[in-house]
Parts: sequence; structure tokens; C-alpha cells
Amino acid sequence: MTDVSNSGKLGEPLERLDGPAKVTGTARYAFEQPVDDPLYLHPLQADIARGRVVRIDTSPAEALSGVHTVLTHENAESLSSRVDVELAVLQSPEIGYRGQVIGAVVADTQEIAAHAAGLVEVTYERHPHDTVFRSDDEIVYTPDGSNPMIGEDLDRGDVDEALAAAEYAVDATYTTPAEYNNPMEPHATIAVWESAELTLYDSNQGSYTVRDMIAPTLGMDPQRVHVFAPHVGGGFGSKGVPHAHVMLAALAARKLEGRPVKCALSRRQMFSLVGYRPPTRQRVRLGADSAGRLTATEHSALEQTARVKEYAEQSASAARNMYVSANRRITNELAVLDVPVPTWMRAPGEAGGMYALETAMDEMALTCGVDPVEFRVRNEPERAPESGLPFSSRNLVSCLRQGAEMFGWNDRDPEPGVRRENGWLSGTGVAAATFPSFSIPGSKATIGYEPGGYYRVEIGAVDLGTGSRTALSQIAAEALEVPVEAVRLHLGSTEQPRASIAGGSSGTASWGSTIVQAAREFRAEHGAEPAEGAETTAEAAANPAAGEYAMNAYGAQFAEVAVNADSGEIRVPRMLGVFAAGRIVNARTARSQFLGGMTMGLSMALHEHGVLDGRFGHVVNHDLAGYHVAGNADVGSVEVSWLDEHDPHVNPMGIKGIGEIGIVGVAAAIGNAARHATGIRVRELPLTPEKFLI
Amino acid sequence: MDAEITLRVDGQRRTLSVDTRTTLLDALRERMGVTSPKKGCDHGQCGACTVLLDGRRATSCLTFAVANDDSEVVTAEGLAEDERPHPVQQAFLDNDGFQCGYCTPGQICSAVGMLDEVKAGWPSHVTEDLDEPPELDDEEIRERMSGNLCRCGAYANIVSAIREAAE
Amino acid sequence: MKPFDYQRADDADSAIATVSGDPEARYIGGGTNLVDHMKLGITEPGKLVDITRLPYDSVEALPGGGVRIGATVRNSDLAASHVIRQRYPVLAQALLAGASGQLRNLATTGGNLLQRTRCSYFQDTSTPCNKREPGTGCSALEGWNRYHAVLGASEHCVATNPSDMAVALAALDATVLVRGQEGQRRIPVTELHRLPGDEPERETVLEHGELITAVELPAPSESSRSTYRKVRDRASYAFALVSVAAVVEVSEGAISHARIALGGLAHKPWRATAAEEALRGAPATEETFRNAAEAELAEARALRDNAFKIPMTRNTLSAVLRELTRQEGA
Repeated sequence: MTDVSNSGKLGEPLERLDGPAKVTGTARYAFEQPVDDPLYLHPLQADIARGRVVRIDTSPAEALSGVHTVLTHENAESLSSRVDVELAVLQSPEIGYRGQVIGAVVADTQEIAAHAAGLVEVTYERHPHDTVFRSDDEIVYTPDGSNPMIGEDLDRGDVDEALAAAEYAVDATYTTPAEYNNPMEPHATIAVWESAELTLYDSNQGSYTVRDMIAPTLGMDPQRVHVFAPHVGGGFGSKGVPHAHVMLAALAARKLEGRPVKCALSRRQMFSLVGYRPPTRQRVRLGADSAGRLTATEHSALEQTARVKEYAEQSASAARNMYVSANRRITNELAVLDVPVPTWMRAPGEAGGMYALETAMDEMALTCGVDPVEFRVRNEPERAPESGLPFSSRNLVSCLRQGAEMFGWNDRDPEPGVRRENGWLSGTGVAAATFPSFSIPGSKATIGYEPGGYYRVEIGAVDLGTGSRTALSQIAAEALEVPVEAVRLHLGSTEQPRASIAGGSSGTASWGSTIVQAAREFRAEHGAEPAEGAETTAEAAANPAAGEYAMNAYGAQFAEVAVNADSGEIRVPRMLGVFAAGRIVNARTARSQFLGGMTMGLSMALHEHGVLDGRFGHVVNHDLAGYHVAGNADVGSVEVSWLDEHDPHVNPMGIKGIGEIGIVGVAAAIGNAARHATGIRVRELPLTPEKFLI
Repeated sequence: MDAEITLRVDGQRRTLSVDTRTTLLDALRERMGVTSPKKGCDHGQCGACTVLLDGRRATSCLTFAVANDDSEVVTAEGLAEDERPHPVQQAFLDNDGFQCGYCTPGQICSAVGMLDEVKAGWPSHVTEDLDEPPELDDEEIRERMSGNLCRCGAYANIVSAIREAAE
Repeated sequence: MKPFDYQRADDADSAIATVSGDPEARYIGGGTNLVDHMKLGITEPGKLVDITRLPYDSVEALPGGGVRIGATVRNSDLAASHVIRQRYPVLAQALLAGASGQLRNLATTGGNLLQRTRCSYFQDTSTPCNKREPGTGCSALEGWNRYHAVLGASEHCVATNPSDMAVALAALDATVLVRGQEGQRRIPVTELHRLPGDEPERETVLEHGELITAVELPAPSESSRSTYRKVRDRASYAFALVSVAAVVEVSEGAISHARIALGGLAHKPWRATAAEEALRGAPATEETFRNAAEAELAEARALRDNAFKIPMTRNTLSAVLRELTRQEGA
């Protein structure tokens, strides 16, 4: 059903429309919105992992000049809904994890609020807590389903029998640590309460999501909650749903009506209040026949969840459909602990799950004596193994073949540990990538023809930094058959029509389809030469092909790794990603999305590790000096390429999401390359120097 | 405790009374409405707050405003002249050296300061010969820009942008 | 952060008198460590005396071939100084391996010497720490201690000194010039920092009110070679897991003189005297390097997460010695 003509607007490397404002810093993010006479809110957090607040003495804080209020469970208003425990702040003295919000100081300045926060005296009743991630029966259970809407475990054929009969077998356990989204812009909100209306300038991935969750919690008509996210400094999932600080700001603003209340979380506070990718322990068992074809696949994942709120990461889900295997068992279990609530982080499920699966695939390729690229090609399924549906398009093999050609893979000597230069051992590795092509229904867009001859396009979607503003303008121009300069796109707030969340790499597909539909209806109603003031609002029709095809993007990740033979230091001088992700809307911003995903994948491979101290229940390295993300010097040459993929089924534009697939497979490719360099197989992320010390 | 200070910010002389506890970053952002420098970590660990302080790149979150009385501050906003972007800014635009834009003003101030350091012959951790003037290859750019984190992962484009601006 | 009084010092004597006379007063230089600690609530001075405008901002040649580095010389200026680059490359390299460009532009020589440990528990007032609050216990001892000490630690504190510069200064036999109300004194840099013992809250031998005014380096030997090697988790902008500063002279295939200091391993820059002893007069061979490293590490004690530092140090020290003793053209 691809029927929007490729007249050149789609695919063009249009410069970011907000580029000039961003390079000068004049683009204003949530906390930077000009408001009159603001107050500053500083959250108070629990210093114990489980128990209750017995006494909270706020008087020393309140005695400070400039302090307006100290909110606690003793004086906070009773909320209308407590369904979401993250938002139901200050409703009881109970503490379910260390770092939970137990109060907030509101003062004239940040300095006073921070000082006052340190003066509040809290007495706790401590209860025993359990925060150590492990596979003990007493904390492990099987969830009803996992994120986003994946059903129960899968068990096809007889995996045990197939493994016993297999010519080659691999049985390995992989672990990934807690990883923290850490967008550069800390989570922040300004709450303004005026005439029973709440306005939130908020850093989020969906202004409507924020409204939908905040309004019922406050017992408000959603129409009276206005959310603006004009520019967002990244999110990668952690800004997908509102967290406690948004409610704190709203409650404080209601209490102190007339003064806007500003709250920006500190980097440290983010480690307990805005979610993280949960740690995983994954066992993968593969069986193959003498021809190097998989006969058995088992992927058993265990992830961490919080006792106060379930989050079920879907680490094993990719193995449902990635490769052929007549016998297949996919299980997902959770370990419930007194820890902060995990959430989405770029490619939840696939990022961690494909690290395990694609490392196991490398191990199996070596076991079978088949080249790792060739091994994957041999195990390419014709239809989606779980559902039996045809793929709307699946070009993994082409990605692997083209990547191998570009990377120089075909001359590779498979022998490990033999390439040494100036004290560094080098090697190369490959891994496959996949990510579902989601589209979320229900978004609306308005198109109006304005004096001056331009088209006003409105959609309440949030551009969290990916380039949606630019890509959607291109889609609108294409659909309206006008130059991009004739389109003025308005997005980011609940003042525009309802739009779905920027998550699951679904944004451009969902909102783009909506804009295409609105453009069609606009032209049908108002013709090619509309009158000034002509306006149409439309909602995208559901995709008739949904349910008839398996829809995913694919990719191949290649990495070159160097390991210092003395110190174990590991570097990644070269990466290549080749992707098949449908039609590319903007070659410039798309390349940056892939590049950014791959860079975060490198960061995941080498650095990221939230260390939880079980005695206290907190993340010990809760800042950017302790929790390393990749810096500039960690990243070498990164090449990005994509196939010209035509997918007639995914949506009217033929586009697939690209925000997440870039990270998938990178850690496996790097780990596989490190093994090729050194002969050492590491099955535990991150790949830090001590793991390669000889 | 308050103190009166005078700063020259992006060419404008500004006198204000600040709490001695206020950092230069917070004075700019919350007191003067200059929000081009960003707060990413507030502890000198990310570089988003980088400005040119008396001509040199510096983390504005780790210095008190009061200690910078009579200083000259240039932010990314002040680097652009009459709506015309600075060559480094133009190179960031041309090379798509950013996505969300939050680390970008700090990256750009850092790049401008760094290019001056190279011009002055300052070596870096990866400079082979400490006696010779450094040559600004990609490895040098990466090392010298490592104090500015970018979570969107635009490093490869940042390096091309700076390479281009340096030419 | 509690409110504080700020004063800009115009002359050293009055600054020293002010701080000496007020237990709540502190000097502030570049602020990169102190401002951080004040924000974290680790330290709460009532008064700051800003010493950055005192006349300690130059690098001067001394009669006899040494240099004097003023206490307020910024780390970036010191690393760029020609005399340091040419005659003390190990120091320039150590400075350039530390922090980031924008931090080195603020940080001073004196401040760098006095920077405090980056132990995560020390930096978090919600966890016990003997260094921050004597008597509360050491959280790192049984906690996350990957970055912690394997040499010279005590049951009260296993923190490491984070400075790169100080490791190079230790290998250069630098002397720290200190002024107090009683006058000036000279402290070998290797004696400036303390091991934790049962007083981990005392990191240096300085008394309250004493001000570092300069660091002096003796003249380098013309035939020595030196280097600084830092092993860290990120390629840049990360604290050391292990670092080695070494100054070595080779004469007729044997090591005539070696001065070695190790970073990331102890509560102070660790002068590797046992390794130096093992090297003196020995042939420049792989076996010698390894024996020297083993000699230094004989007393090393690993904690739960940092056992790797012992082989990492052994390998890195050997690699540094190999590099420094390599014959030109060989």
C-alpha cells in the first residue's frame, strides 16, 4: 500500500529545522521556559530501601528565610488515583525502595531549597530489604506477559530432545547490568497553576501521555491540564511516562497557587526516580545439525523488577522469530526486589536480548566451524517462525552480505588471538539486529491553509531530539505536494491534536501516517488551491495489513576491536552498521539516528554498569563520573549504510522506525570481535579491561 | 550571603547581586535568563555547561559566580554574530553534529576554545611529540573533546564538524 | 549548601591569617573539587578565601636547573609550559591525562595536589564513611571497591588518591612549598599525603591555614627518559584504574637509576621504592621488569572487586619499563 509518490522530498537530507536554535543554545527546553517569579522545588528522598517514615521534622527547613513549604506525606493532599505508584507521591509513610520521594522543599531559589532539604530530619523504621539481583526461587516469578504486549512463554516441539540429538550444541549464560538512560537534559518540569488550570512545561516523550496520567491522579478534567514539551534533550525511554517529580511540582504549584514551581532532577536523583534498563541473566541453548542449521533454540531470560511496580522487560522476545528452529522454547521470568522501578531504555528487550542471542550465535558458528555471517544466512527463516506469517519485508541477509563486502569481512582469518601490533591485539565481529516496526493508532493531525500561502500542520507529538520536527515537515510537504518551505509544523504540546508517545521507534510511522491521512482529507475537502482558513483534522486509518504480516526492521553490525595485551584496555576503532528499515525519510537525520544508536551500543558494550550495593539498596556510581557513558575518544570510525528497501505493507509511506535498531546487536558484535582478538569469550557486560587481562 | 558582581556576558555588561552559593552557570541561567549553557550534571562530569570564560573554555557549574566578578563570559549564543552562525556552529549544522541539542552549546564553546588551544600549540594526551606543534587529526579532536558527553551519540559527526571548521 | 562568606585574597599573609583564625574557613582555587564537594554536602565551609589572584601563577626557572611552579598555575598552562614539556614530559603527560580541557583550564597546581578521593561512598553523605564522618565505618571495605586501594590501605579506609599530576610529581622528587602563620616549610611531595591508618580524614600533613604556594622540581638528568601511562575504563576523561609515572636512566644495558610512582593503588601517590631497588643496576630485561613489579606488589592486598589491579599494575609497569629502556633504533 505504498502510495505516496517518491517525488524527492522524502529521503532528502534536509537540515534540521531547529538546527540554528540548537547550535546557539537559544532553543528553550522545559526548565528554560520564561515564567514570572518562579519557586524552586528540591525533592527529598528516602535513605533506606524498605520501611516507613516514623517522623519527619521539617521545622528547621521551614525556619529558613525563603522556604515556602515542605511537602511530606503528612501534609500532602490526598490524590484521586493511586493506580500508578510512581505518581502517587506522598500518600503514605511507606518506603518501597531507596531514593523514593518522601517530600519536597519549595523555596525562592535553588540554593535555599537545596540547603533546606539538608536540614529536614527523618526518622525511619527500617524493614529488611532485598535488592540483590539473582535467580533464587523466593524472588522469581513468571509475569503474565512482557513489554510491550508480548504474551506468554513459548514452547514448540521438544527442545530437550532436539538438543540431545543435535550434532553441535551451545549452552551459555550471559548477564547484562542495570543501565541508565541518562539523557543529557535531566528530567525537568515547571508547573503553573492558575484558575484551576494546570500548565506543565515538561521534558517528556509524549505530552498527551503526561496529561493522560497526571490528570486522573489529580482528579482533574484532562482538558484542564496543558502540557508543553517544546524541545527535549533526549529521553531514550526514561521520559516515556511521567515520574514522581512531575507530580511533586504539580502538587506544590497547586498549594502555592500563583507562583510557578520549577523542578529539575539532579543527575543523581535520576538514578532512582526515572527508570533504567533492568539487569538480566539469560541462558541460551542452541542445537544445530551437521549442516549448521539450528534445530533447537532456547532463550530463558530473567530480569529485575520492582516490588512497588512491575516492569517486565522482554529480553527473550527476539529469539521467537529471528532464526529457523523447529524446536523452540522462550521463557521470561522476573526477580522482584526492593529497588527503583525499571522502565524502557532504547530497544528494551532487543538491546539486552540480542546481546545474548547474537553472542550465542557466534559461539555456535565457531562450534560448527561455519563463518558467522554464513551461519546466520543459513538460518534465515522464510516466514516468521512463531506466527507463520510472511514478513512484510525482511532483508537481513542482504544487510549481512553488503556489510561483509563493505567491511572487508570476506578476507577474515577466523583464528583468534593472532593479530598483534604495537602491543594491541585486534579482531573483528559481526551480529545481526532486529527491531519490530510498531505503529500506534489514535493520533490526529490538523492541516490548515494560512494567509501568506503556507500550510499549518499541527500534531501533538514530541520531538525528543531525533529530528521528528524535520521528518514530519518533509512527510507533510510530500503528502500535500508542496515544497517543505510551505509547511509550518507545530508540535510538542497538548494544544495540538492528540498524538501517540515517542517510543518503540513508532513516532515517524504513526504520526507520519496521520499527517498523510490529514493531507489526503484536506485535499479531498479543499482541493489543490484551498481558501485561506481551510482546515481539516483527521485520524489515520488502521493499517489493513496489520495481523497479516510480520513487520520488523533488520540490520547487520560489524565491529573491529583492539585489546591491549598488557592492560586489557579495549577500543573499538571501527564500526559499520547496514540496515534495512524501509524507506528513509531524511537521509541526514536518519544517519544520525543509526549512528547514535550504534554509539550507545558501544557504550553499552564497554562502559555502562549501574552498580547496586545490596546493603543500602542504592546505585553506588550514581553520577556521570562513576557511571560511564562513551565519550568522544571512545568512538572511532562509524560507518552507516542502509538498503533501499521497499515495504508495501508497513504503512502508507513504507517507513519503519529507526530510533532503536541502531543499538541492537552492537554489544554482541563488539564482544564477538574481542573474542576474535584475544581468544577470550566474555559473557558478562560491560567488557571492561580486567576481563581481558592475561 | 549576597554579593554584587559585574560580568560581561556575550558582549553585554551586567551587574547583579548573587547569593555567594550561586554558580556561574546558575547565575547565567536562572538570574540572567541566559540559557544557552546547559545543566547536564552540575558536577563537571558532562561539559554541557561549557562557556568561554575570559577566552578559555571552562565548566561554569564548578565555579561560583562571585569568584568571577569582572569576568568576560561568551556562550554559544554570543558566538553567533548578527544572526550569522560562527564557523564552528555552521560546521555543526552542515555535519549534523547533534540530535537533541542539549549538549550542543557546550560542545560548540568547547570546540572554539579547543581550536584556540591548538593554535597556541598546546599538546594533548594523544600528542606524540610534546615539543612539536600538534596536528589536529581526528584522534586529537576526539581526545580534546572528551570532556563533552553526548548521549545521542553524535561524536562521529562532531569530529567531522570540527575537522571541517579547523580547515 | 549552607551560606558562606566569600573573600578575594589580595595578599598571602592576610589570607593565611584569615583561614588560620577561622576553623570554618577554607581556601578556594579553581574550585573544581571544592565546589563539587560543597554541592554534595561533603564539606560546609563558612568562609571561602579565594587565592586565585595571589602572585603564584608562574612557572620559573631556578638556579641549578630546576623549576618552581606557582600554586595557582592552571593545570592546562602547566601542561602547555615549554619547560615542562621539554624537561619533565612525565608531568605534562600526567596533567594531560587528567580531567578534561575545560576542567584543566580551571584547576590549579595546589588544588590538584589537594583533591580528595573519588570514592563513591565518600562522595555520598547518605552512606557511612570514616573519611567524611570519622567512626561511622568504611562502606567501601565490603562494598563496591573496584577503584579502591591495594597498597597501604587500612581497615578504616580503602580510598585512593585520584590525582595524576601528583603521581608524576612523586616520581620527579618534587618539593611542596607551604606557608603558614609560623612561616614557610618545604615538604617532599612523597610526604605531603598520608596513608589512611586510623585517621583517614587526614589526607595530608598540612595544618589548617597552611597554604601551598609552589611546587619545586629538581633539575632533570639529561640522560633520563620519563613517561606517564594511565590505564582507565574510558579512553579519556576517567580516573585511573592504575597509572605509572617513571623516570629511568639506562647505562650500558643496565638500569642506573629509576624513580617510579604508581597511581590508582593507594591513599597517596605510591612511590615504588621496592621496584626501584630491584631495578637499580639490573639489566634492562623483561625478567628484571617483572621482578621489580612483583617486588613492589608483594604487599598488595586485594578487595572484592579490585584484584585485577595487581596483574594490571604488574603488566603496565613492565610495559612502561620496556618502552623507556628500549634502545633508540632497536
